[in-house]
Amino acid sequence: MSDSLPPFLPSIFRDTLRGGEAHSLILGRHQTLRLTDPSGRAAVAGFFFRADAPLERYNMPDTLKAQYTAFLTAGRTLMSDMGHVLLSITGDTCGWHDTLSGHQDAADSRLKFGAGTYQAKRNDLQRNTRDNVLVQLGKRGLGARDLHANVNFFTKVQVDDGGALRFIPRNSRPGAWIELRAEMPVLIVLSNTPHPLDPATIYDPQPVALTIGRAPPPAADDPCRISRPECGRAFIRTEALMMQEGTSC
Amino acid sequence: MLTALDPQTARLSQTVLAGDGWSCALMRGETLRIVDLEGNQAVDTMFYDLHDTAERYDATQTIRRSGQLYLTTGSILLAATGAPLMTITADTCGRHDTIGGACSCESNQVRYSLDKRFMHSCRDTFLLELAKNGYGLTKRDIGHNVNFFMNVPVSPDGGLKFDDGVSGPGRYVELRAERDVLVVVSNCPQLNNPCNGWNPTPVQMLVWAAT
Repeated sequence: MSDSLPPFLPSIFRDTLRGGEAHSLILGRHQTLRLTDPSGRAAVAGFFFRADAPLERYNMPDTLKAQYTAFLTAGRTLMSDMGHVLLSITGDTCGWHDTLSGHQDAADSRLKFGAGTYQAKRNDLQRNTRDNVLVQLGKRGLGARDLHANVNFFTKVQVDDGGALRFIPRNSRPGAWIELRAEMPVLIVLSNTPHPLDPATIYDPQPVALTIGRAPPPAADDPCRISRPECGRAFIRTEALMMQEGTSC
Repeated sequence: MLTALDPQTARLSQTVLAGDGWSCALMRGETLRIVDLEGNQAVDTMFYDLHDTAERYDATQTIRRSGQLYLTTGSILLAATGAPLMTITADTCGRHDTIGGACSCESNQVRYSLDKRFMHSCRDTFLLELAKNGYGLTKRDIGHNVNFFMNVPVSPDGGLKFDDGVSGPGRYVELRAERDVLVVVSNCPQLNNPCNGWNPTPVQMLVWAAT
């Protein structure tokens, strides 16, 4: 019998996304998902839906305008089109995650990297995010009509004063991570393929580690709740929804 | 940039009052002019391939492929698959937003105050237009939109704000349909920020047949 207490907030699941791979999962309320970038060269597209009613989904404009920001980092939240918090960013050692520039499809990928077909490369085929996400959504009865803007974890796109977009290389570093806490059950689709504005022409997406854990409910002084009054109101609306729907725990 | 299109030759000319919606099917090659009659009026607009409405306007594709966050003459509005829907062919305003989204009663509560639920919003206008315009579209089909005449500047350090309008009375934007396109408009009723100059006003829609 162990004489020590179990570790606080134990990790309950670990997984690795290979380069090019996609995966989807449902994160329960107050569960956490940590994405870790072992190589310092990761780029992962993420799509987010309310798990039990996926007509409600991550809304890039609503998220950005409520928080007066054009990128995501710790203390910010990912908001839905219905004025709820899907996910809070509870930690981030990378500092900047893009959500403006979308994702690559098969034609983009072929143009930049060559075909990289299954016939030529077997399971090292050069997958693209558009096809990856259609497959993952298809498993849950969803499709192209459900697609909205995505987040591009570990990557930075800067906008200059004239509105020109610029991909900033080496935004991440080995071991960098971001942690998301679900504020309601959230369907998460991840696709580990190169950022669409990364100028590299060799298809070489790096593995990304996933750790699913559990967090206590956000306290009254939770950094994401108090980061802006807008976030506080979004939390109130989300917690009210969870109470009304009887899914408060 | 001014164009020679004569309003007398337009096949359609309609005023959309402040806070109202509007839907119109454009044939390939037709030109739509949106006139900001009184100035500083945001016109929230969605575009769909008329024959395959799952092909809808996508802001991230549009800005990524052009490398430009703001829209003006020469901007090509793309669907999610990269297919061109519309091209901006003239613009006397100079800058239009496409990452500010559309106001909703839910986002108004988050952004301003929980007691704003009663206020009229673009998302409600869109839902009503989609329910009534006969194309069988629903909330699921509400994708990204363009905010004509609206100014949402982003700074190099990643700041974003809703700024005072860059438009003025009589300024307009023209778009050519690159395929048969369904246009759905909400003439924005927002009163909580300066996107409509604190006073939503009518806009004019003119459509010219392909030449």
